[in-house]
Amino acid sequence: MAEAQIARELPLAGRAAGGASVSITPAEPAMRVSLRAPQESIAAVSKGLGIDLPTRPKQSAVAGARSVLWLGPDEWLVIEEGDRDPMADLARATALHSAVDVSHRNTAILVTGTQVADVLNAGCPQDLSLEAFPVGACSRTVMGKIEVVLFRTAEDAFRVECWRSFSDYAFEFLRDAARGL
Amino acid sequence: MSAAGANRIAGAGRLTPANTVRFTFDGKSYTGLQGDTLASALIANDVHLVGRSFKYHRPRGILSAGPEEPSALVGVRRDASRHTPNIRATVQEIHDGLDAVSQNRWPSLTFDIGALNDIGSPMFSAGFYYKTFMWPKAAWKHIYEPVIRNAAGLGVAPKEADPDNYAARYVHCDVLVIGGGVAGLTAALSAAESGARVILCDENAHPGGALRFEGEARLDGMAGHDWAVQAAGRLAAMDNVRLLTRTTAFGYYAQNFVGLVERVTDHLAAPEPDMPRERVWQVRAGKVIIAAGAIERHMVFANNDRPGIMLASAARTYLNHYGVAVGRKVGVYTANDSAYGAAFDLKRAGADIPAIVDLRDEPDAGLVEEAGVLGIRVLTGHAVTGAGGKLRVASMSVEPKKGGRTEVIPVDALIMSAGWTPSVHMFSQSRGKVAWDEETGRFLPGTYAQECASIGACNGTDGLEATVNEALAVGEAAAKAAHPKAKKPSVAISVGSAGKWAGGMVGAGPGAEAGKVVKAFVDFQNDVTAKDIRLAVQEGMHSIEHVKRFTTNGMATDQGKLSNLHGLAIAAEALDKPIPKVGLTTFRPPYTPTTFGAIVNHARGKIFDPMRRTPMHAAEAAAGAVFEDVGQWKRAWYYPRAGEDMHAAVNRECRTVREVAGMFDASTLGKIEVVGPDAAKFLNILYTNPFLKLGVGRLRYGIMCREDGFIYDDGVVGRLAEDRFHVTTTTGGAPRVLHHMEDYLQTEFPDLKVWLTSTSEQWAVIAVQGPKAREIVEPFVEGIDLSNEAFPHMSVAEGTVCGVPARVFRMSFTGEAGYEINVPADYGRMVWDAIYERGAPMGMCLYGTETMHVLRAEKGYIIVGQDTDGTVTPHDAGLSWAIGKKKTDFVGVRGLKRPDLVAEGRRQLVGLKVKDGKSVLEEGAQIVDNPKQAIPMKMIGWVSSSYWSENCGAPIAMALVENGHNRMGETLYVPMPDGVIEVEVCGTVFFDEEGGRLHG
Amino acid sequence: MLLIHCPYCGEERPELEFRHAGEAHIARPENIAEISDEDFAHYFFYRDNPKGVTFERWRHMHGCGRFFNAVRDSVSDKFLTTYKAGEPKPDIADAANENQINTSKGQGAK
Repeated sequence: MAEAQIARELPLAGRAAGGASVSITPAEPAMRVSLRAPQESIAAVSKGLGIDLPTRPKQSAVAGARSVLWLGPDEWLVIEEGDRDPMADLARATALHSAVDVSHRNTAILVTGTQVADVLNAGCPQDLSLEAFPVGACSRTVMGKIEVVLFRTAEDAFRVECWRSFSDYAFEFLRDAARGL
Repeated sequence: MSAAGANRIAGAGRLTPANTVRFTFDGKSYTGLQGDTLASALIANDVHLVGRSFKYHRPRGILSAGPEEPSALVGVRRDASRHTPNIRATVQEIHDGLDAVSQNRWPSLTFDIGALNDIGSPMFSAGFYYKTFMWPKAAWKHIYEPVIRNAAGLGVAPKEADPDNYAARYVHCDVLVIGGGVAGLTAALSAAESGARVILCDENAHPGGALRFEGEARLDGMAGHDWAVQAAGRLAAMDNVRLLTRTTAFGYYAQNFVGLVERVTDHLAAPEPDMPRERVWQVRAGKVIIAAGAIERHMVFANNDRPGIMLASAARTYLNHYGVAVGRKVGVYTANDSAYGAAFDLKRAGADIPAIVDLRDEPDAGLVEEAGVLGIRVLTGHAVTGAGGKLRVASMSVEPKKGGRTEVIPVDALIMSAGWTPSVHMFSQSRGKVAWDEETGRFLPGTYAQECASIGACNGTDGLEATVNEALAVGEAAAKAAHPKAKKPSVAISVGSAGKWAGGMVGAGPGAEAGKVVKAFVDFQNDVTAKDIRLAVQEGMHSIEHVKRFTTNGMATDQGKLSNLHGLAIAAEALDKPIPKVGLTTFRPPYTPTTFGAIVNHARGKIFDPMRRTPMHAAEAAAGAVFEDVGQWKRAWYYPRAGEDMHAAVNRECRTVREVAGMFDASTLGKIEVVGPDAAKFLNILYTNPFLKLGVGRLRYGIMCREDGFIYDDGVVGRLAEDRFHVTTTTGGAPRVLHHMEDYLQTEFPDLKVWLTSTSEQWAVIAVQGPKAREIVEPFVEGIDLSNEAFPHMSVAEGTVCGVPARVFRMSFTGEAGYEINVPADYGRMVWDAIYERGAPMGMCLYGTETMHVLRAEKGYIIVGQDTDGTVTPHDAGLSWAIGKKKTDFVGVRGLKRPDLVAEGRRQLVGLKVKDGKSVLEEGAQIVDNPKQAIPMKMIGWVSSSYWSENCGAPIAMALVENGHNRMGETLYVPMPDGVIEVEVCGTVFFDEEGGRLHG
Repeated sequence: MLLIHCPYCGEERPELEFRHAGEAHIARPENIAEISDEDFAHYFFYRDNPKGVTFERWRHMHGCGRFFNAVRDSVSDKFLTTYKAGEPKPDIADAANENQINTSKGQGAK
């Protein structure tokens, strides 16, 4: 996005939570695209994006500051933490697809530490063991009363993406879950 | 005498005498030992009387040593807001400062007025509340109910909010083992050694189960309990095992989803403030192994509820685990072998055992011989027919069961065993079907419904060796079934001697047979006697489910863990049917009482429910906004200035918008981006309006129906490009509208090349409305020519506002010329502040949802869900123009032609003018056409929207009225409690009927 | 809480991620504008709600977002199979054989 020079007012600015075995912090601002594409466009869209779209459930692909998360059979979430605008990259791909800028729709919380899965499992009913949810796995799911996208970036680190107005709930839920582990 | 109680036996038990703990019961201070339960510590101090019963207020003592306890319920209090009623004294561990109180007594435990119920008990027989208080009718509400409510109930709940926190966690495993007795520990070791992820839960502070009292068990050359401690240690040290103590499996749900509740801090004197009081584990297991053991039954005889009368296994647990003798002169009444072990252990510990009364004619010869060696008299073929004493058992009356002389034997405690009931609760909750085992006279797991297995005593497996072998095999098989990489476990456990628990009796014993007027309790907690159950049958309750509800047998918080089988046997006898023909009632969660705190866990206070705020929320709050809840959203409702009430603020805001301009936060509106070459085609199907020819840069108000023809949602649709639309929905409708659209797209029109993306939260939406709107926003906008000619009403364009990318909509929900400026959410506050700083000095105000409602009602714009109720068609709402006349298909096209929907006289949306010019109608008020008709009057409609309109200088309203469109000018009536209000039917547009202001 | 096999995600996921969406295999008539009142009533209002094997729609609402179909026993609550939207109605007997949990012999049953 061209306006990157103007500071964004993130909904969770200044918050921090956690303890000895887990830390909870708001992520830095990022650009995001909700990408939809039929099977036959995947190669062309991958080329435009500079990264091969993962085609298996719960898989992600990462190249530099850009991650692409499989959310559904024709749906991906592109997260750009650098300054290459993914909307601009996708605009160059002529194959049939839909790219919608959701940079500001979502915000993210980084949860790290040895008990990271225990904290998330306070509200997420999925099996988050390394066998079932290895590093690089991602999924749209629920946490407490809201929908989130979980992305495991390391054995002890998750990125929790949620919609902006649910981020207060998400953060405070995680804070509560991290009490007295 | 020990410091920790007169009944503490030196050298007995597993607690450390030096670790003393001070606690109070009913205000009196006592000393116990670290590891004591409240029950063991009280008995050590020779306190058996701990409460009064529910119905008859009879003195009650401690019946068991575990979670099955029906009788010894107390209140435990940490402070004013931490008072928990109905805590089982047999489960609560003591800690320094523990403060427990007895319940259901007034003024004191030893002298209780309510005990008069015991004397008046013929009034309170089974089903008394269905019969006794029926007449006169009015007395129920004013006399019976208040008195009964005061007298009934167990314990008192605190009035303050619970200050503790509670936690929850979902957890997955290959094998969940419920119960940490010898069977559970063995199975867990076997499964864990195979490499499976294992969870073992046990409700006690330490695993061990029956090994806590069964002194003669030997495993791997060790005393049984020592082996259990060592086995638990081995499990705790394994990475693939989670060992949860003080943790009760309370519910077994579909697909091996099992709820456990862990008591984290109730046993601690000073818990860390962040520790949860309880934690709920929501376990999903590949295989569940139920090793829940068996529960000993009491004997049913007259006055069997006197304090000091308890289960034999409980007395043995108090002795062998806690080092406490339950009495000095202990009578024994049994119908099976297992009570003998308790008698022998007590005798060896120095207690006097005046007699073992055995209902059987020929008990095991070895046991009788051993009793002889110990000098204990065994009365075979005898029964205890009554107990003396009131606040504490003082004697037992013994007679031959075939009749004969009664001998009264003084005792200060009486232990009993009618046999063991396999604990099939979890199995039954899993929807497994139990089967009656004729040979051993017990219900056992029969047909399984889930991936689980029962082992040990709960499966009817008798004897230590058989239990261990079964557990080893089942543990290994479960691991293999649930864990693909399971390997052969290397667990081998050698087994020494142990008693066998089969046998026993069910039902009422001698002296409590039919016809005997005695209180022989079946269910201690609900005060159900053998006589009550017979009465229920006599009164026509032939199903065990009816007997249960009529007598309340098994319906208390202990769910009849001791009483169910006895009750069933008595009913079966009265019905003259075999037990399996009468059947067992269904066991349901929770297995033991579970706190609301645990069930609610994290969902309280700030995170009870998401509270959604817009990007401009803080700015609005700073400007003095009062917020209202709209679903989960907080929306600015109105902005009162000094001295203004809501009415004054809204009037000012309404005037200002029409005279100057106002700024409104519309961010909560749902937004959906519809992208793809077939986008227009898709919208053409979803909306009643035509969309194929909507030009790029143009907006259209759209109505969405369900297939039945009723209005489902509405909103403005803008075309950003040939293949890209920006759709808005109502605030509350956003998720369901997207779901509805996805449904049609995925399942009815999957070939359309179009995708839907929610952008509700991508955009902050700032509406600037009013004659000066353009003048205010123009300087901030780049890339869009805002002139009327270039950018007329119902236009959309992309450009920048305050230097950030924006979608600007020229549209209006107020009837004024205006803009809805969409900017990426994180910039919303910055743009809001900038516009406000310019607009405020020009006279612009901030306005909230109330003003928005009034202004739109002045223009007759509907709000879906307020002016429609799911039975209103576009025609009814006066929106026939929004239906594409040439369209052959859209959702609702056929529904709209249904006979009912085209019939004359439907309720239709109209305006109402109030004749007195000042009364503001109540929304929801009913409308009649003749106020003089007899009550009940015929209602012909109701008021859907109603406000004071400052701009019209009059009240305005909209209403759904039968045949409304044909009633223009008619007078109708709104009957209210303090008079009838006259109204005149009119069109729905009250202000600027020509709509010229929109284009200004 | 049920576990539901999502045919698009290829694994069982917790029920909380799903939303039930009514009876399956009721196609919207292509000539819907022309059908009779009775046909419309059958299409839109009437449902069988059988006791036993039912065909129903679910959406993996908080997962991959896809609608799919399921065969479920309304007595035991058990899913017999799930399959993608648009795929033909499976043979019930086959589905039952493939997915049935052996209900007659749990390991500890006697």
